[in-house]
Amino acid sequence: MLDISVRSLAAFLVLLAIVLGGAAAQGAELRSGVFKPARMAPEISLKGSDGAELKLARYRGKIVALGFGYTSCPDVCPTTLSNLAQARAKLGAAGKDLQVVYITVDPERDSLQRLKAYMGQFDPTFIGATGTPEQLAATRKAYGIEVKRQNVEGNKSEYWVHHSSFIYLIDRAGNIRALLPYGVTDEDIAHDVKALLDD
Amino acid sequence: MPAMKIRRRYLFAAALIAVAVGATAWAALTPVRADSNELVYMIPKGTWARRMAGENLQVLPDEIHLTLGVKDILVLRNDDDVPQLFGPVLIMPGQSFQLPFSRASRYQFVCSLHVSGRLDVIVAPHPEPGWARLRWRVAALAQPGASL
Repeated sequence: MLDISVRSLAAFLVLLAIVLGGAAAQGAELRSGVFKPARMAPEISLKGSDGAELKLARYRGKIVALGFGYTSCPDVCPTTLSNLAQARAKLGAAGKDLQVVYITVDPERDSLQRLKAYMGQFDPTFIGATGTPEQLAATRKAYGIEVKRQNVEGNKSEYWVHHSSFIYLIDRAGNIRALLPYGVTDEDIAHDVKALLDD
Repeated sequence: MPAMKIRRRYLFAAALIAVAVGATAWAALTPVRADSNELVYMIPKGTWARRMAGENLQVLPDEIHLTLGVKDILVLRNDDDVPQLFGPVLIMPGQSFQLPFSRASRYQFVCSLHVSGRLDVIVAPHPEPGWARLRWRVAALAQPGASL
């Protein structure tokens, strides 16, 4: 009789732990912008700086931080990539489950070699991507990225590319879950990636 | 002037001063509350069709003002039938985007819906008790529907 009661109590406690654990995971609040409901991230088909074809499907099971920028960017891109690298370091062992993908908005200057060297300055696991102007334009459209080229005053060959500066966080199942506005700290990025990894 | 009349005037003046001091103290010290921390902007159904028909619709203001601890979550909702670039993000039909702010600052987003190409979100610090809270409440009086 006593044995049955103890078993029942143990079963109840296990059930309670599962229910509470599930509730805690679902209630994990992100510090960045959240999409409700989440939608599937549009597939990407570009060339990766690692030499392979870049497809998001390759990274199922990981959290993907997807951004758009260019290697000649004077401020936004270095800051963003530096924050992402620091966030990945802060995650410790879990950092291996964060994949940063950065798609160029300046294919004229950003060759695969240049992207690889640039990404490597921040973290050797970061992947840059490029493609034909049509492929890149289609990708930007699918993700709502805006780009505007502006010539540098007094120099006909130099130009800036103004671009959307946020980063999408894509969960293990390939859903766009969150958007990190420019300027979010490495600590907040690490917090949200951890929350999505635990989700 | 009869003494009674003068006394009544003094009493009236004293009551007015007491009310003014009380109201000022209330405005400066009472905690700020809001029913919801969310400031919601939505794209109504049919917006895309109206734009295609040549109508100039302004859904978002050029500047959005938020206050930490009071209204510090910006919610953009797309009730239209097509995907919309709403402020800085692409939002699908029926989808909403919640952006919480935890630091007071001016945030600038690229936004093609605006002539300037920019949307500014200005986040004010939480109004602390005293002069800051009093000023915040006076400013809030000018905004219809603002929490006091």
